[in-house]
Amino acid sequence: MSSKKTLFDKVWDAHVVRNIENGPDVLFIDRHLVHEVTSPVAFLGLKNRQSKVLYPNRTFATADHNTPTRNQHLPVKDPLSANQLRALEENAREHGIPYWGLGHEKNGIVHVIGPENGITLPGATIVCGDSHTSTHGAFGAIAFGIGTSEVEMVLSTQCIMQPKAKKMRITIDGSLNRAVTPKDVALYIISQLSTSGATGYFVEYAGEVFRNMSMEGRMTVCNLSIEMGARGGMIAPDDKTFAYIKGREYTPKGAAWDTAMEYWKTLQTDEDAVFDKEVVFDGTKIEPMITYGTNPGMGIGISLGIPRAESLEGGVATYRKSLDYMNFHEGDAMLGKKIDFVFLGSCTNGRIEDFRAFAEIVKGRKKADHVTAWLVPGSHRVEEAIKDEGILDILEEAGFELREPGCSACLAMNDDKIPTGKYAVSTSNRNFEGRQGPGARTLLASPLVAAAAAVTGKVTDPRELLQLETA
Amino acid sequence: MAYDKFKVLTSTAVPLPIENVDTDQIIPARFLKATERTGFGDNLFRDWRYHPDNSPKEHFVLNNPIYSGKILVGGKNFGSGSSREHAAWAIYDYGFRCVVSSFFADIFRNNCLNIGVLPVQISADFLQKIFEAIEASPQAQLTIDLPAQTITINDTGDTESFEINHYKKDNMLNGYDDIDYLLSMKGEIENFAKDMPL
Ligand code: SF4
Repeated sequence: MSSKKTLFDKVWDAHVVRNIENGPDVLFIDRHLVHEVTSPVAFLGLKNRQSKVLYPNRTFATADHNTPTRNQHLPVKDPLSANQLRALEENAREHGIPYWGLGHEKNGIVHVIGPENGITLPGATIVCGDSHTSTHGAFGAIAFGIGTSEVEMVLSTQCIMQPKAKKMRITIDGSLNRAVTPKDVALYIISQLSTSGATGYFVEYAGEVFRNMSMEGRMTVCNLSIEMGARGGMIAPDDKTFAYIKGREYTPKGAAWDTAMEYWKTLQTDEDAVFDKEVVFDGTKIEPMITYGTNPGMGIGISLGIPRAESLEGGVATYRKSLDYMNFHEGDAMLGKKIDFVFLGSCTNGRIEDFRAFAEIVKGRKKADHVTAWLVPGSHRVEEAIKDEGILDILEEAGFELREPGCSACLAMNDDKIPTGKYAVSTSNRNFEGRQGPGARTLLASPLVAAAAAVTGKVTDPRELLQLETA
Repeated sequence: MAYDKFKVLTSTAVPLPIENVDTDQIIPARFLKATERTGFGDNLFRDWRYHPDNSPKEHFVLNNPIYSGKILVGGKNFGSGSSREHAAWAIYDYGFRCVVSSFFADIFRNNCLNIGVLPVQISADFLQKIFEAIEASPQAQLTIDLPAQTITINDTGDTESFEINHYKKDNMLNGYDDIDYLLSMKGEIENFAKDMPL
């Protein structure tokens, strides 16, 4: 008698090397992504133990967090950043790990280049020293962020030790309204569940809304799973998934592809499988979203006003501290608020579809004079596509400049920092205090909302602009 | 990295009654450029602790000399956000050995356990009692007894037990880490890997 399993169970159980009673599982990791910021100390640990990377061919390294988005052909100016980049390059060389540094055609944000190159596969376990590793769950993989100690574990043993997470399913049916994007769906879920609502869980997204979503949209949703505390998020692979990965460099080919396909098709949650928690939302109720506070759970429909503290559960002091930081007030409308910066990019919304969406709004319009806009593709491949599809022309005509790939203002480790007190509409994933620069004030939103803000200079409902065009 | 053994800790505590303290606050990204593990304590809570001109912000708790100790007590959902282990390093490097909260983010909890900082999760009521005890007297001591899995407010004798899995508890008590364990079963892992397609 076979017990009913969820998608998560199937993938997890297939990777357990050893189960420790009243302790964690030893979990085998298929693919490990490495970048310059969270890896140097792990490599140092390896050196101290006189250990080697066990499976260099399961490990991939890129430079993204700490890299400039202009003049990447020149030496990196900041000596500390340059030092980290050098360390990664040397570590990769010493251990025989593929390294896609600045200027390399495969270079880009770690969670953008994984899927692009077929490193991300259904049924795989994928980790990286970055919490948004959850992105790769869009392909039916178990993917999650780990700390540097764990990076060292995976380098030296290809395993980590973690207890299996609880399981949550989020089901959303119904058709999405116009101008409601995957980013809005994710921000909506987080606003409903709160920033810790899924802590301890691994989430499976199910229902019509996710079935209808493109692979890129699914990546955006899974990417943001961590923002409600989830260990990760995943979506069962389907024909869209297989079509996306087929023929990419690291995907299996020939007979290996056929064998893999047979297995991948079994990666569905069994009908009667039980989740520890089930959540259901109505997709027709979601409108374009924007955040007003200092965590991603503080989001509302763009036409609404900032909630009053009394209407929320608990934490009034923390809530007021957050609004003080933003210099917003309870009851304020979000529409019409003046903004200074726009950031289009990051592993959340730095893929080609995001640039297409942004271009749809700015086409034939002009960037607002007082707005500084940073448009940063997620990878060189994305950059190429922007050029090939004629999107660059549209952007430039509207007064925008395209930068070179990297994490950029998502975490502001390089020069792309929003100045103190300024407001940025950002397509990234975190509006924490100071995340985009000390004192920076972040409003998270979709590429459409970002584009609408970029051309009007204030928080604007993208539906207004889209309707003007179609009127 | 092996770390100090943790058995019983009695200490005053530093209160931080703020919810959703994310790791970007614990250690902002611009301080993650090091290639070694030392020195992060100086920048713990950097932007809450210092003005842009590096002068201390008087009202922040770490700048208030009446509070000290090896225990940091934080509000609900402590350590959310980025996976940066640097956050746990900064807490350790500053001198804390234990973080108490009514709720921890997953990755942060893991990172703490991996480097020898004990995360102690307690009920919201008990957390409130601790904050009240420290407010009444910043000299109030807490005792964290790992073998017994209890946390006690010494003045009042109020006590609560906390959870930790047997394996991690053993590691903390002995100062072992996961890598030691994994290296000891390398043959088994290599065997397993043979059947895992690339
Ligand atoms: S874009 Fe932001 S969230 Fe994504 S990997 Fe880079 S820093 Fe992390």
